[in-house]
Amino acid sequence: MDWTALSVSLRLAAFTCLLLLPVGLLLGRWLARARFHAKPLCEAIVALPLVLPPTVLGFYLMMSFGSEAPLGTLWQRVTGEGLNFTFTGILLASLVANLPFAVQPVQRAFESIPPNLREAAWCSGLSPWQTLWRIELPLVWPGVISALALTFAHTLGEFGVILMVGGAIDGETRTLAIAIYDRVQAFDEAGAGAMSAMLLTVSFLTIGVVYGLAGRRRWRRG
Amino acid sequence: MAERLTGGERLAVSVRQPGPIPLAADFHCAAGELLALVGPSGSGKTTLLRAIAGLYRPLNGVIACNGERWLDTGSGIMCRPQQRRVGIVFQDYALFPHLTARDNVRLALGHLEPQTRPARAEQWLARVRLDGLADRYPVELSGGQRQRVALARALAREPQVLLLDEPFSAVDQVTRRRLQRELALLREAIRIPIILVTHDLDEAVMLADRLCVLHGGRTLQAGAPGELLRHPVSPEVARLLDRHNVFEGEVVSVAGQRYLQWGPYRLEVAEGLEALAEGSRIAWYLPDSDVVLHRRGRPSRGERENPVTGQVIEMVVLGGMTSITLGFDHGRETLRFDIATHAARRNGLARGEQATVSLLAGGIHLMPDVDPTIDEERA
Repeated sequence: MDWTALSVSLRLAAFTCLLLLPVGLLLGRWLARARFHAKPLCEAIVALPLVLPPTVLGFYLMMSFGSEAPLGTLWQRVTGEGLNFTFTGILLASLVANLPFAVQPVQRAFESIPPNLREAAWCSGLSPWQTLWRIELPLVWPGVISALALTFAHTLGEFGVILMVGGAIDGETRTLAIAIYDRVQAFDEAGAGAMSAMLLTVSFLTIGVVYGLAGRRRWRRG
Repeated sequence: MAERLTGGERLAVSVRQPGPIPLAADFHCAAGELLALVGPSGSGKTTLLRAIAGLYRPLNGVIACNGERWLDTGSGIMCRPQQRRVGIVFQDYALFPHLTARDNVRLALGHLEPQTRPARAEQWLARVRLDGLADRYPVELSGGQRQRVALARALAREPQVLLLDEPFSAVDQVTRRRLQRELALLREAIRIPIILVTHDLDEAVMLADRLCVLHGGRTLQAGAPGELLRHPVSPEVARLLDRHNVFEGEVVSVAGQRYLQWGPYRLEVAEGLEALAEGSRIAWYLPDSDVVLHRRGRPSRGERENPVTGQVIEMVVLGGMTSITLGFDHGRETLRFDIATHAARRNGLARGEQATVSLLAGGIHLMPDVDPTIDEERA
């Protein structure tokens, strides 16, 4: 059992969720409410990681993280480190790969709020911020939970993008999914099996807990 | 405009814009008065209500309440909804689904100290007869109960104006009657302007002190329901108020006496004819209550009774009343009136039969300021 790989996977999933939560809320709310001509284009960009083969996405990310690319150069200049084959690199890649999972459920949740609920809140004296905190966020909470669950589970299982950007450096970029692949390559089926069972359990527990949190509320009964 | 707005009324609205939703509306509503905005779908009723609430900004206009200017496009004043103290009941009530009835009301009590809000919320719920249901979520309430929560929430803010957007349209007939009765009772307790938007004319006539007829965003006429129903200012208003007997006639003079010539009939009119030029063509209207059926074989010879004879072209029995439509040889115009079904039977009325009626001179309402042909194309 590769506990180090499990630790990398969990850290990666946790950071991805944490960082994508505000992005998903802001972008999801904006896409749900804004009306502009280029909106389909913006939605297509957000959804692109869903349809791109992970190796293709990983390839482009690897190229843009390289020291010849503007992003890689800028990162190197600011932090003094490269992005490829580092935990920060796979985290950035994970943020891009998971963008649709974090944004789309939140966007759908915001879209499902009738506009006159906001207006009723304003006419009741609530400021736009109070309306967001007391009316909108409680109503989109199930969408936020779905987004987090999808992001977490997808990050745990991500293989192609991580391998392209991070390789398999022990304690840094070798996630559990990659460790399983390595074990299979080494004909260690027992090790691969144990780690697969572990990934299955952790994924199931995570999804179970978050869906339990989002569960059907009394006020949703119809 | 400013003079009108600083008068005694509590709410005054005067808004104009060419589009995208055309508006040319002027109306006012006094404290304690219930003004109903009536008109067909798309006539701008709800847009005006939203403009009063601050949820819609017209291009030009002034909206003032209690001397405060909520909107004055000339001075660049546009108060946000939070600054207006408006209570609004939306058509679908717009209750917050994740909050109980108590919390829905409590949310509108931001102007009070936090510790007093729960008790005040209970008081408002009790006032709309919802005590005992404070812990229920909207999904656990009936349509009528939800409407009451929405009303309690609107009133909890202690608004300066109460706006009701089709508040009875989403409930069944029995509940609607009960809620309408409760609104009539509530009016006695709150002394603020109430604006009711409805497309139900009967409801408007029953509840409102005044009606304001809207079409295409324009206010066409405002007044007490009885006045509007008897004296619509134009054929268009008559049509919007579901009035049928609108005709076209010509002012004639015979032996120094003015008459209204309608086909072969020379009609006497109680008032209004003297001021009109001979030969002018005008639209006129007669309430169906001023149509009197002659008993068969005994034509009335009353001096001002204007007897006319037509053919029954339609008879519709609606319970105890029968709606009769008469057609005339001199044109396509038809006269409609209601009589008791037993009276229709006693007089042997049937489709194709001739019937004579009197058009009471006192009921004939002249509409001289409009081109009588304007409305024909729409009819």
